[in-house]
Amino acid sequence: MQIEMHKPILDKNDALAAQLRQRFAENHVYVVDLLASPGSGKTSTILATIDALRDEFNIAVIEGDIASSVDAEKIKAQGIPAVQINTGGACHLESAMLKRAIDVLDLERLDLIIVENVGNLVCPTDFDLGENAKIMILSVPEGDDKPLKYPGIFQVSDAVILNKVDTLPVFDFDREAFETSVRELNPTAPLFPIAATKGDGVEEWASWLADRIREA
Amino acid sequence: MHEMSIVSGVLDAVGQSARAAGATRVLKISLRVGVMTEVVDEALEFAFEALSEGTICDGAELSVTKIEPKSMCLECFEEFAHDRFHRCCPHCGSYETQLLEGRELEIESIEVDLPDDAGSDGLSDGEAGV
Repeated sequence: MQIEMHKPILDKNDALAAQLRQRFAENHVYVVDLLASPGSGKTSTILATIDALRDEFNIAVIEGDIASSVDAEKIKAQGIPAVQINTGGACHLESAMLKRAIDVLDLERLDLIIVENVGNLVCPTDFDLGENAKIMILSVPEGDDKPLKYPGIFQVSDAVILNKVDTLPVFDFDREAFETSVRELNPTAPLFPIAATKGDGVEEWASWLADRIREA
Repeated sequence: MHEMSIVSGVLDAVGQSARAAGATRVLKISLRVGVMTEVVDEALEFAFEALSEGTICDGAELSVTKIEPKSMCLECFEEFAHDRFHRCCPHCGSYETQLLEGRELEIESIEVDLPDDAGSDGLSDGEAGV
């Protein structure tokens, strides 16, 4: 016997993500899901973003890693609440994992939650977490061809950060080719060139984000 | 390897529907997977074989229909097919486009064995219950 199902495979994840999204909206908190490879400067970008926005907004960070709490400790050292999610080997965050972390935060007093997804350019692409925006970070040393190798992540991102632009002179990175391929994949996403550890370009990125937090 | 999570979702949903129909075994699972997702067919097969063992889906055929991307231009409203990399409108050159198809991750249908099926396909649920 044939049974017609027409059922989304990830509907459990998506239903929980929708619940989270509603909770975020009710509490007027803006949630960013940061996607990038290991070593692209996610934590440095988070620290620079905190620096730029902490006077105006209450911020918390959720760190998704396969193991360890190294990143969460760095954030906590800045006086910002941080929750560590250890995925125990899983290559991406799912909404059930995020919910457990969200449950320990005081949503009512928060304006911005930055979720650092597991360092991976593939797997997090297909999972809705209830976030307001997926933001992808690529760093210059990774190479300008990454949009051609990992098109999915560039397509689902609401903005693209190009980090470590201070290293452009020493790497063979074709910025024009990179920008063209990002634009082909995701015509509407803004591109923010930054050097997180030096502070270059952080203001433009932070002000784009601040506009969105104020509307949440 | 997020295919493991995807296959878990498939096995949960299929198992539920199959048991609700009173099935003893799942023979075939048909999925629709958009080309714009990050699903790798071989990894999906591997995860399915590993995770379905000992379940009602053990030994079932996994059939995957790939859905090619299709977008609509938000300026000239033409619909067009494209590949994974280019979403610019071929009619007017606009970059303001919206993806209509290509991100599907869906269980389309399943084929199951009912206890009294005895290999005859024509029986409906009610008739099979005798």
